[in-house]
Amino acid sequence: MKYKSVFDIIGPIMIGPSSSHTAGAARIGRVARSLFGRQPKWANISFYGSFAKTYKGHGTDVAIVGGLLDFDTFDERIKTSLQIADSLGVSISFHEEDAVTDHPNTAKVVIGDDDGELELVGISIGGGKIEITELNGFALKLSGNHPALLVVHDDRYGAIAGVANVLAKFAINIGHMEVSRKEKGQKALMTIEVDQNIDDAVIQELSALPNITQVTKIVD
Amino acid sequence: MFRNVAELIEIAQSSNKKISEIMIEQEMEFTGRTREEIFEQMDKNLTIMEQAVERGLEGVRSVSGLTGGDAVLLQKYIEKGNFLTGKNILDAVSKAVATNEVNAAMGTICATPTAGSAGVVPGTLFAVKNVLNPTREEMINFLFTSGAFGFVVANNASISGAAGGCQAEVGSASGMAAAAIVEMAGGTPDQCAQAMAITLKNMLGLVCDPVAGLVEVPCVKRNAMGAANAMVAADMALAGITSTIPCDEVIDAMYKIGLTMPTALKETAQGGLAATPTGRELEAKIFGVPLQKGD
Repeated sequence: MKYKSVFDIIGPIMIGPSSSHTAGAARIGRVARSLFGRQPKWANISFYGSFAKTYKGHGTDVAIVGGLLDFDTFDERIKTSLQIADSLGVSISFHEEDAVTDHPNTAKVVIGDDDGELELVGISIGGGKIEITELNGFALKLSGNHPALLVVHDDRYGAIAGVANVLAKFAINIGHMEVSRKEKGQKALMTIEVDQNIDDAVIQELSALPNITQVTKIVD
Repeated sequence: MFRNVAELIEIAQSSNKKISEIMIEQEMEFTGRTREEIFEQMDKNLTIMEQAVERGLEGVRSVSGLTGGDAVLLQKYIEKGNFLTGKNILDAVSKAVATNEVNAAMGTICATPTAGSAGVVPGTLFAVKNVLNPTREEMINFLFTSGAFGFVVANNASISGAAGGCQAEVGSASGMAAAAIVEMAGGTPDQCAQAMAITLKNMLGLVCDPVAGLVEVPCVKRNAMGAANAMVAADMALAGITSTIPCDEVIDAMYKIGLTMPTALKETAQGGLAATPTGRELEAKIFGVPLQKGD
Protein backbone atom coordinates (compact mmCIF):
# COMPACT_ATOMS: atom_id res chain seq x y z
CA MET A 1 0.00 0.00 0.00
CA LYS A 2 1.41 3.34 -1.06
CA TYR A 3 -0.60 5.41 1.38
CA LYS A 4 -0.40 4.24 4.98
CA SER A 5 -1.55 7.13 7.13
CA VAL A 6 -4.84 9.02 7.19
CA PHE A 7 -2.71 12.18 7.12
CA ASP A 8 -1.47 11.23 3.66
CA ILE A 9 -5.11 11.79 2.62
CA ILE A 10 -6.20 14.61 4.95
CA GLY A 11 -3.06 16.74 4.72
CA PRO A 12 -0.46 18.02 4.42
CA ILE A 13 -1.04 21.57 5.52
CA MET A 14 0.59 23.46 2.70
CA ILE A 15 0.94 26.58 0.62
CA GLY A 16 -1.19 26.20 -2.54
CA PRO A 17 -1.86 25.68 -5.33
CA SER A 18 -0.90 22.06 -6.10
CA SER A 19 -0.10 19.22 -3.72
CA SER A 20 1.84 17.40 -6.44
CA HIS A 21 3.59 20.42 -7.89
CA THR A 22 4.04 22.54 -4.78
CA ALA A 23 3.99 20.45 -1.58
CA GLY A 24 5.56 17.40 -3.26
CA ALA A 25 8.27 19.55 -4.82
CA ALA A 26 9.03 21.17 -1.46
CA ARG A 27 9.41 17.73 0.07
CA ILE A 28 11.74 16.52 -2.70
CA GLY A 29 13.92 19.58 -2.14
CA ARG A 30 13.91 19.07 1.61
CA VAL A 31 14.97 15.42 1.37
CA ALA A 32 17.89 16.47 -0.85
CA ARG A 33 18.85 19.11 1.71
CA SER A 34 18.55 16.65 4.55
CA LEU A 35 20.74 14.09 2.77
CA PHE A 36 23.31 16.70 1.86
CA GLY A 37 23.34 17.66 5.53
CA ARG A 38 23.99 21.36 4.97
CA GLN A 39 22.95 24.31 2.87
CA PRO A 40 24.27 23.88 -0.68
CA LYS A 41 26.06 26.68 -2.52
CA TRP A 42 24.46 25.84 -5.83
CA ALA A 43 21.59 23.79 -7.22
CA ASN A 44 20.78 22.58 -10.73
CA ILE A 45 17.14 21.56 -10.86
CA SER A 46 15.66 19.66 -13.81
CA PHE A 47 11.92 19.25 -14.29
CA TYR A 48 10.34 16.47 -16.35
CA GLY A 49 6.82 15.79 -17.64
CA SER A 50 4.05 17.87 -16.09
CA PHE A 51 6.62 19.50 -13.77
CA ALA A 52 8.47 20.82 -16.84
CA LYS A 53 5.31 22.11 -18.48
CA THR A 54 3.63 23.90 -15.59
CA TYR A 55 6.21 24.58 -12.88
CA LYS A 56 6.11 28.36 -13.14
CA GLY A 57 2.38 28.74 -12.54
CA HIS A 58 2.36 26.14 -9.79
CA GLY A 59 5.27 27.57 -7.88
CA THR A 60 7.14 24.27 -8.28
CA ASP A 61 10.33 26.29 -8.64
CA VAL A 62 9.84 28.29 -5.44
CA ALA A 63 8.65 25.18 -3.59
CA ILE A 64 11.61 22.98 -4.46
CA VAL A 65 14.05 25.78 -3.58
CA GLY A 66 12.08 26.29 -0.35
CA GLY A 67 12.72 22.62 0.39
CA LEU A 68 16.42 23.03 -0.33
CA LEU A 69 16.40 25.85 2.25
CA ASP A 70 14.81 23.39 4.73
CA PHE A 71 11.31 24.95 4.66
CA ASP A 72 8.31 22.74 5.39
CA THR A 73 5.30 22.52 3.02
CA PHE A 74 3.37 25.14 5.03
CA ASP A 75 6.21 27.63 5.47
CA GLU A 76 5.10 31.02 4.16
CA ARG A 77 8.71 31.76 3.18
CA ILE A 78 8.24 29.29 0.27
CA LYS A 79 6.62 32.09 -1.73
CA THR A 80 9.83 34.17 -1.66
CA SER A 81 12.33 31.31 -1.56
CA LEU A 82 14.10 32.39 -4.76
CA GLN A 83 14.90 35.79 -3.27
CA ILE A 84 15.91 34.18 0.03
CA ALA A 85 18.24 31.77 -1.78
CA ASP A 86 19.73 34.69 -3.66
CA SER A 87 20.33 36.67 -0.48
CA LEU A 88 22.01 33.61 1.08
CA GLY A 89 24.31 33.32 -1.92
CA VAL A 90 22.83 30.04 -3.19
CA SER A 91 22.90 30.00 -6.98
CA ILE A 92 20.01 28.18 -8.64
CA SER A 93 19.36 27.11 -12.22
CA PHE A 94 16.28 25.43 -13.67
CA HIS A 95 16.09 23.16 -16.70
CA GLU A 96 12.97 22.02 -18.54
CA GLU A 97 13.67 18.52 -19.85
CA ASP A 98 11.89 16.84 -22.75
CA ALA A 99 12.81 13.28 -21.75
CA VAL A 100 9.85 11.03 -20.97
CA THR A 101 10.08 9.61 -17.44
CA ASP A 102 8.16 6.78 -15.75
CA HIS A 103 6.18 9.27 -13.69
CA PRO A 104 4.70 12.55 -15.02
CA ASN A 105 5.90 14.59 -12.04
CA THR A 106 9.64 14.01 -11.82
CA ALA A 107 12.42 16.30 -10.66
CA LYS A 108 16.18 15.84 -10.61
CA VAL A 109 18.10 17.90 -8.08
CA VAL A 110 21.87 18.25 -8.19
CA ILE A 111 23.23 20.29 -5.31
CA GLY A 112 26.70 20.95 -4.06
CA ASP A 113 29.37 23.12 -2.50
CA ASP A 114 33.18 23.09 -2.29
CA ASP A 115 33.11 19.88 -0.25
CA GLY A 116 30.79 17.71 -2.30
CA GLU A 117 27.83 17.08 -4.53
CA LEU A 118 24.60 15.16 -4.34
CA GLU A 119 22.23 14.08 -7.08
CA LEU A 120 18.69 13.01 -6.31
CA VAL A 121 15.67 12.11 -8.43
CA GLY A 122 12.22 12.34 -6.84
CA ILE A 123 8.68 11.83 -8.03
CA SER A 124 5.55 13.45 -6.68
CA ILE A 125 2.83 10.80 -6.65
CA GLY A 126 -0.17 12.85 -5.53
CA GLY A 127 -1.55 14.50 -2.42
CA GLY A 128 1.90 15.78 -1.48
CA LYS A 129 3.38 12.31 -1.20
CA ILE A 130 6.76 11.70 -2.79
CA GLU A 131 9.13 8.87 -3.57
CA ILE A 132 12.85 9.23 -4.01
CA THR A 133 13.78 7.02 -6.94
CA GLU A 134 17.48 7.71 -7.39
CA LEU A 135 20.36 8.90 -5.23
CA ASN A 136 23.79 9.55 -6.74
CA GLY A 137 22.91 7.22 -9.57
CA PHE A 138 21.61 4.42 -7.33
CA ALA A 139 18.03 3.38 -7.92
CA LEU A 140 16.08 3.26 -4.67
CA LYS A 141 12.62 3.21 -3.15
CA LEU A 142 12.00 5.43 -0.17
CA SER A 143 8.44 5.96 0.98
CA GLY A 144 9.07 9.00 3.15
CA ASN A 145 6.71 7.47 5.71
CA HIS A 146 9.35 6.31 8.15
CA PRO A 147 12.70 7.43 9.42
CA ALA A 148 15.27 6.07 7.01
CA LEU A 149 19.00 5.43 6.93
CA LEU A 150 21.08 5.65 3.79
CA VAL A 151 24.41 3.90 4.09
CA VAL A 152 27.01 4.24 1.35
CA HIS A 153 29.49 1.40 1.65
CA ASP A 154 32.04 -0.73 -0.15
CA ASP A 155 30.54 -3.89 -1.58
CA ARG A 156 32.25 -6.38 0.79
CA TYR A 157 31.06 -9.38 2.75
CA GLY A 158 29.85 -8.57 6.24
CA ALA A 159 29.11 -4.91 5.55
CA ILE A 160 25.36 -5.42 5.65
CA ALA A 161 25.51 -7.75 8.65
CA GLY A 162 27.60 -5.16 10.52
CA VAL A 163 24.95 -2.49 10.01
CA ALA A 164 22.13 -4.86 10.95
CA ASN A 165 23.96 -5.85 14.14
CA VAL A 166 24.32 -2.25 15.28
CA LEU A 167 20.63 -1.59 14.65
CA ALA A 168 19.73 -4.75 16.58
CA LYS A 169 21.92 -3.63 19.49
CA PHE A 170 20.00 -0.33 19.70
CA ALA A 171 16.66 -2.21 19.40
CA ILE A 172 15.81 -0.53 16.10
CA ASN A 173 13.48 -2.53 13.89
CA ILE A 174 13.99 -2.57 10.12
CA GLY A 175 10.73 -2.17 8.19
CA HIS A 176 12.16 -2.17 4.69
CA MET A 177 15.65 -2.61 3.32
CA GLU A 178 17.25 -2.50 -0.10
CA VAL A 179 20.81 -2.86 -1.23
CA SER A 180 21.98 -1.65 -4.61
CA ARG A 181 25.42 -1.46 -6.17
CA LYS A 182 26.82 -0.11 -9.37
CA GLU A 183 29.27 -2.95 -9.92
CA LYS A 184 30.40 -5.97 -7.93
CA GLY A 185 33.02 -4.97 -5.38
CA GLN A 186 32.48 -1.25 -5.92
CA LYS A 187 30.39 1.40 -4.12
CA ALA A 188 27.02 0.24 -2.89
CA LEU A 189 24.06 1.75 -1.05
CA MET A 190 21.86 0.36 1.71
CA THR A 191 18.43 1.98 2.04
CA ILE A 192 16.90 1.11 5.39
CA GLU A 193 13.50 2.25 6.63
CA VAL A 194 13.13 1.80 10.38
CA ASP A 195 10.35 2.10 12.92
CA GLN A 196 12.19 4.16 15.54
CA ASN A 197 14.00 7.46 15.42
CA ILE A 198 17.74 7.14 15.13
CA ASP A 199 20.06 8.83 17.66
CA ASP A 200 23.38 10.32 16.66
CA ALA A 201 25.08 7.63 18.73
CA VAL A 202 23.75 5.04 16.29
CA ILE A 203 24.99 7.04 13.33
CA GLN A 204 28.44 7.36 14.91
CA GLU A 205 28.68 3.66 15.60
CA LEU A 206 27.54 2.80 12.06
CA SER A 207 30.02 5.27 10.57
CA ALA A 208 32.87 3.63 12.48
CA LEU A 209 32.17 0.19 10.98
CA PRO A 210 34.63 -1.15 8.39
CA ASN A 211 33.76 -0.51 4.71
CA ILE A 212 31.17 2.15 5.55
CA THR A 213 31.72 5.44 3.70
CA GLN A 214 28.76 7.62 4.65
CA VAL A 215 25.71 7.29 6.87
CA THR A 216 22.78 9.69 6.55
CA LYS A 217 19.44 9.65 8.29
CA ILE A 218 16.17 11.03 7.01
CA VAL A 219 13.55 11.76 9.62
CA ASP A 220 9.94 11.92 8.53
CA MET B 1 -5.93 -2.97 8.14
CA PHE B 2 -8.77 -2.50 5.66
CA ARG B 3 -7.86 -2.70 1.98
CA ASN B 4 -11.18 -1.80 0.40
CA VAL B 5 -14.58 -0.34 1.23
CA ALA B 6 -16.21 -3.75 1.73
CA GLU B 7 -13.66 -4.60 4.43
CA LEU B 8 -14.03 -1.17 6.01
CA ILE B 9 -17.81 -1.56 6.26
CA GLU B 10 -17.50 -5.14 7.50
CA ILE B 11 -15.13 -4.08 10.30
CA ALA B 12 -17.41 -1.18 11.26
CA GLN B 13 -20.54 -3.33 11.28
CA SER B 14 -19.09 -6.31 13.14
CA SER B 15 -17.53 -4.11 15.83
CA ASN B 16 -20.54 -1.78 15.91
CA LYS B 17 -18.32 1.26 15.49
CA LYS B 18 -18.35 4.29 13.24
CA ILE B 19 -16.04 4.48 10.25
CA SER B 20 -14.19 7.40 11.81
CA GLU B 21 -13.40 5.19 14.79
CA ILE B 22 -12.05 2.40 12.55
CA MET B 23 -9.78 4.95 10.83
CA ILE B 24 -8.52 6.31 14.15
CA GLU B 25 -7.79 2.81 15.45
CA GLN B 26 -5.92 1.90 12.29
CA GLU B 27 -3.88 5.09 12.50
CA MET B 28 -2.97 4.31 16.12
CA GLU B 29 -1.91 0.82 15.15
CA PHE B 30 0.09 1.91 12.12
CA THR B 31 1.90 4.85 13.71
CA GLY B 32 2.09 3.74 17.33
CA ARG B 33 0.88 7.21 18.29
CA THR B 34 -1.77 7.86 20.92
CA ARG B 35 -5.37 8.76 20.17
CA GLU B 36 -4.72 12.22 21.62
CA GLU B 37 -1.77 12.86 19.31
CA ILE B 38 -3.71 11.77 16.25
CA PHE B 39 -6.73 13.81 17.26
CA GLU B 40 -4.56 16.84 17.88
CA GLN B 41 -3.04 16.64 14.38
CA MET B 42 -6.46 16.34 12.77
CA ASP B 43 -7.70 19.22 14.93
CA LYS B 44 -4.88 21.31 13.45
CA ASN B 45 -5.96 20.34 9.92
CA LEU B 46 -9.53 21.34 10.77
CA THR B 47 -8.33 24.74 12.01
CA ILE B 48 -6.43 25.35 8.76
CA MET B 49 -9.57 24.42 6.80
CA GLU B 50 -11.64 26.81 8.89
CA GLN B 51 -9.17 29.65 8.33
CA ALA B 52 -9.06 29.00 4.57
CA VAL B 53 -12.87 29.18 4.31
CA GLU B 54 -12.91 32.42 6.31
CA ARG B 55 -10.19 33.94 4.17
CA GLY B 56 -11.89 32.90 0.94
CA LEU B 57 -15.19 34.38 2.05
CA GLU B 58 -13.45 37.69 2.62
CA GLY B 59 -12.38 37.60 -1.03
CA VAL B 60 -9.03 36.59 -2.56
CA ARG B 61 -7.50 36.88 -6.03
CA SER B 62 -4.95 34.53 -7.57
CA VAL B 63 -1.60 35.71 -8.91
CA SER B 64 -2.63 34.93 -12.50
CA GLY B 65 -5.90 36.80 -12.02
CA LEU B 66 -7.85 33.82 -13.37
CA THR B 67 -9.80 33.11 -10.19
CA GLY B 68 -11.06 34.70 -7.00
CA GLY B 69 -14.07 36.49 -5.60
CA ASP B 70 -16.71 33.93 -6.58
CA ALA B 71 -17.24 32.67 -3.02
CA VAL B 72 -18.13 36.23 -2.00
CA LEU B 73 -20.56 36.61 -4.91
CA LEU B 74 -22.31 33.41 -3.94
CA GLN B 75 -22.64 34.37 -0.26
CA LYS B 76 -24.22 37.70 -1.28
CA TYR B 77 -26.57 35.83 -3.59
CA ILE B 78 -27.62 33.48 -0.77
CA GLU B 79 -28.33 36.49 1.47
CA LYS B 80 -30.78 37.85 -1.09
CA GLY B 81 -32.82 34.68 -0.63
CA ASN B 82 -34.04 34.15 -4.18
CA PHE B 83 -32.04 31.01 -4.93
CA LEU B 84 -33.42 28.05 -6.83
CA THR B 85 -31.59 25.07 -5.33
CA GLY B 86 -31.17 25.15 -1.59
CA LYS B 87 -29.41 27.22 1.01
CA ASN B 88 -27.29 24.39 2.42
CA ILE B 89 -26.10 23.27 -0.99
CA LEU B 90 -25.16 26.80 -1.99
CA ASP B 91 -23.46 27.34 1.34
CA ALA B 92 -21.38 24.18 0.77
CA VAL B 93 -20.61 25.32 -2.78
CA SER B 94 -19.50 28.80 -1.70
CA LYS B 95 -17.28 27.41 1.05
CA ALA B 96 -15.72 24.86 -1.31
CA VAL B 97 -15.05 27.70 -3.76
CA ALA B 98 -13.66 29.86 -0.94
CA THR B 99 -11.12 27.19 0.00
CA ASN B 100 -10.06 26.54 -3.55
CA GLU B 101 -9.74 30.23 -4.33
CA VAL B 102 -7.37 30.54 -1.37
CA ASN B 103 -5.43 27.58 -2.73
CA ALA B 104 -5.16 29.18 -6.17
CA ALA B 105 -3.92 32.36 -4.50
CA MET B 106 -1.03 30.43 -2.88
CA GLY B 107 -2.67 30.64 0.52
CA THR B 108 -2.39 28.04 3.29
CA ILE B 109 -4.73 25.07 2.90
CA CYS B 110 -4.97 21.44 3.94
CA ALA B 111 -4.71 19.05 0.97
CA THR B 112 -7.90 16.93 1.07
CA PRO B 113 -6.94 14.63 -0.61
CA THR B 114 -4.99 17.02 -2.85
CA ALA B 115 -4.62 20.79 -3.03
CA GLY B 116 -6.59 21.02 -6.27
CA SER B 117 -9.52 19.28 -4.61
CA ALA B 118 -9.08 20.82 -1.16
CA GLY B 119 -12.41 22.65 -1.19
CA VAL B 120 -14.99 19.88 -1.24
CA VAL B 121 -14.56 18.25 2.17
CA PRO B 122 -14.30 21.47 4.22
CA GLY B 123 -16.95 23.18 2.06
CA THR B 124 -19.52 20.51 2.84
CA LEU B 125 -18.37 20.14 6.45
CA PHE B 126 -18.83 23.80 7.31
CA ALA B 127 -22.19 23.94 5.53
CA VAL B 128 -23.50 20.80 7.25
CA LYS B 129 -22.18 22.18 10.54
CA ASN B 130 -24.86 24.88 10.44
CA VAL B 131 -27.56 22.24 10.04
CA LEU B 132 -26.43 19.48 12.40
CA ASN B 133 -24.60 21.56 15.07
CA PRO B 134 -21.85 18.99 15.61
CA THR B 135 -19.32 19.11 18.45
CA ARG B 136 -15.66 19.83 17.62
CA GLU B 137 -15.00 16.12 18.09
CA GLU B 138 -17.70 15.20 15.58
CA MET B 139 -16.20 17.66 13.10
CA ILE B 140 -12.79 16.04 13.52
CA ASN B 141 -14.45 12.64 13.05
CA PHE B 142 -15.87 13.94 9.76
CA LEU B 143 -12.29 14.25 8.55
CA PHE B 144 -11.37 10.75 9.73
CA THR B 145 -14.36 9.28 7.87
CA SER B 146 -13.41 11.23 4.73
CA GLY B 147 -9.87 10.01 5.19
CA ALA B 148 -10.92 6.38 5.46
CA PHE B 149 -12.62 6.46 2.06
CA GLY B 150 -9.82 8.51 0.52
CA PHE B 151 -7.35 5.98 1.88
CA VAL B 152 -9.10 3.19 -0.03
CA VAL B 153 -9.20 5.22 -3.27
CA ALA B 154 -5.54 6.27 -2.97
CA ASN B 155 -4.37 2.71 -2.46
CA ASN B 156 -6.61 1.01 -5.01
CA ALA B 157 -6.93 3.69 -7.67
CA SER B 158 -5.48 7.20 -7.54
CA ILE B 159 -6.06 10.62 -6.03
CA SER B 160 -3.86 12.49 -8.50
CA GLY B 161 -5.14 14.34 -11.56
CA ALA B 162 -1.88 13.64 -13.37
CA ALA B 163 -2.38 9.92 -12.85
CA GLY B 164 -6.15 9.51 -13.09
CA GLY B 165 -7.79 12.72 -14.32
CA CYS B 166 -9.97 15.03 -12.25
CA GLN B 167 -12.30 12.14 -11.41
CA ALA B 168 -9.44 10.94 -9.19
CA GLU B 169 -9.06 14.32 -7.50
CA VAL B 170 -12.37 16.15 -7.16
CA GLY B 171 -14.17 12.84 -7.72
CA SER B 172 -12.43 11.25 -4.74
CA ALA B 173 -12.87 14.35 -2.61
CA SER B 174 -16.59 14.42 -3.35
CA GLY B 175 -17.07 10.75 -2.54
CA MET B 176 -15.12 11.19 0.70
CA ALA B 177 -17.26 14.19 1.65
CA ALA B 178 -20.54 12.41 0.85
CA ALA B 179 -19.62 9.48 3.09
CA ALA B 180 -18.61 11.77 5.94
CA ILE B 181 -21.82 13.82 5.67
CA VAL B 182 -23.85 10.62 5.97
CA GLU B 183 -22.00 9.55 9.12
CA MET B 184 -22.40 12.99 10.71
CA ALA B 185 -26.11 12.96 9.87
CA GLY B 186 -26.51 9.62 11.67
CA GLY B 187 -26.45 7.26 8.70
CA THR B 188 -25.06 3.74 8.84
CA PRO B 189 -21.60 2.70 7.60
CA ASP B 190 -23.26 1.05 4.62
CA GLN B 191 -25.10 4.26 3.79
CA CYS B 192 -21.73 6.04 3.88
CA ALA B 193 -20.43 3.61 1.26
CA GLN B 194 -23.57 4.05 -0.85
CA ALA B 195 -23.14 7.83 -0.79
CA MET B 196 -19.49 7.48 -1.77
CA ALA B 197 -20.41 5.16 -4.65
CA ILE B 198 -23.25 7.37 -5.92
CA THR B 199 -21.02 10.45 -5.85
CA LEU B 200 -18.01 8.88 -7.53
CA LYS B 201 -20.21 7.32 -10.22
CA ASN B 202 -21.30 10.80 -11.18
CA MET B 203 -17.75 12.08 -11.35
CA LEU B 204 -16.46 9.26 -13.59
CA GLY B 205 -14.70 10.35 -16.74
CA LEU B 206 -13.86 13.79 -15.43
CA VAL B 207 -10.68 14.89 -17.17
CA CYS B 208 -7.94 17.08 -15.72
CA ASP B 209 -7.56 19.94 -18.21
CA PRO B 210 -6.29 22.96 -16.27
CA VAL B 211 -6.08 26.14 -18.33
CA ALA B 212 -2.45 27.23 -18.61
CA GLY B 213 -1.69 24.19 -16.44
CA LEU B 214 -2.82 26.05 -13.33
CA VAL B 215 -5.02 24.73 -10.53
CA GLU B 216 -7.66 27.40 -11.17
CA VAL B 217 -9.83 26.96 -14.24
CA PRO B 218 -11.81 24.74 -14.18
CA CYS B 219 -10.66 23.43 -10.76
CA VAL B 220 -12.37 26.03 -8.56
CA LYS B 221 -15.78 25.46 -10.13
CA ARG B 222 -15.26 21.70 -10.12
CA ASN B 223 -14.81 21.91 -6.37
CA ALA B 224 -18.13 23.76 -6.31
CA MET B 225 -19.92 21.05 -8.26
CA GLY B 226 -18.15 18.32 -6.33
CA ALA B 227 -19.55 19.78 -3.11
CA ALA B 228 -23.07 19.97 -4.57
CA ASN B 229 -22.75 16.41 -5.85
CA ALA B 230 -21.66 15.20 -2.39
CA MET B 231 -24.56 16.94 -0.63
CA VAL B 232 -27.16 15.46 -2.99
CA ALA B 233 -25.66 11.97 -2.92
CA ALA B 234 -25.56 12.06 0.89
CA ASP B 235 -29.26 12.93 0.98
CA MET B 236 -30.00 10.14 -1.50
CA ALA B 237 -28.13 7.58 0.60
CA LEU B 238 -29.86 8.79 3.77
CA ALA B 239 -33.17 8.35 1.96
CA GLY B 240 -32.28 4.69 1.52
CA ILE B 241 -31.17 4.80 -2.11
CA THR B 242 -28.35 2.40 -2.92
CA SER B 243 -25.77 2.26 -5.69
CA THR B 244 -26.41 -0.59 -8.14
CA ILE B 245 -22.66 -0.93 -8.65
CA PRO B 246 -20.87 -1.58 -5.32
CA CYS B 247 -18.50 1.11 -4.07
CA ASP B 248 -15.29 -0.89 -4.62
CA GLU B 249 -16.28 -1.65 -8.20
CA VAL B 250 -16.95 2.04 -8.83
CA ILE B 251 -13.48 2.85 -7.47
CA ASP B 252 -12.00 0.18 -9.71
CA ALA B 253 -13.91 1.56 -12.71
CA MET B 254 -12.54 5.02 -11.92
CA TYR B 255 -9.02 3.60 -11.80
CA LYS B 256 -9.40 1.83 -15.14
CA ILE B 257 -10.91 4.88 -16.83
CA GLY B 258 -7.90 6.84 -15.56
CA LEU B 259 -5.51 4.32 -17.07
CA THR B 260 -7.17 4.52 -20.47
CA MET B 261 -7.46 8.32 -20.42
CA PRO B 262 -5.14 10.05 -22.89
CA THR B 263 -2.17 11.92 -21.42
CA ALA B 264 -3.49 15.13 -22.99
CA LEU B 265 -6.33 15.02 -20.44
CA LYS B 266 -4.24 14.30 -17.35
CA GLU B 267 -2.99 17.62 -16.03
CA THR B 268 -0.73 18.31 -18.99
CA ALA B 269 -2.76 21.28 -20.27
CA GLN B 270 -2.63 19.71 -23.74
CA GLY B 271 -6.33 19.00 -24.16
CA GLY B 272 -9.84 19.81 -22.98
CA LEU B 273 -10.56 23.33 -21.72
CA ALA B 274 -6.83 24.09 -21.68
CA ALA B 275 -6.71 23.62 -25.47
CA THR B 276 -9.71 25.87 -26.27
CA PRO B 277 -8.93 29.14 -28.07
CA THR B 278 -9.65 31.09 -24.89
CA GLY B 279 -7.63 28.65 -22.79
CA ARG B 280 -4.66 29.07 -25.11
CA GLU B 281 -4.99 32.86 -25.15
CA LEU B 282 -4.98 32.94 -21.36
CA GLU B 283 -1.94 30.70 -21.26
CA ALA B 284 -0.08 32.96 -23.69
CA LYS B 285 -1.05 36.02 -21.69
CA ILE B 286 -0.10 34.62 -18.28
CA PHE B 287 3.23 33.09 -19.27
CA GLY B 288 4.15 35.37 -22.15
CA VAL B 289 4.61 32.39 -24.46
CA PRO B 290 3.60 32.08 -28.12
CA LEU B 291 -0.03 31.15 -28.67
CA GLN B 292 -0.42 27.39 -29.20
CA LYS B 293 -3.16 26.11 -31.41
CA GLY B 294 -6.07 24.29 -29.82
CA ASP B 295 -6.45 20.56 -30.42
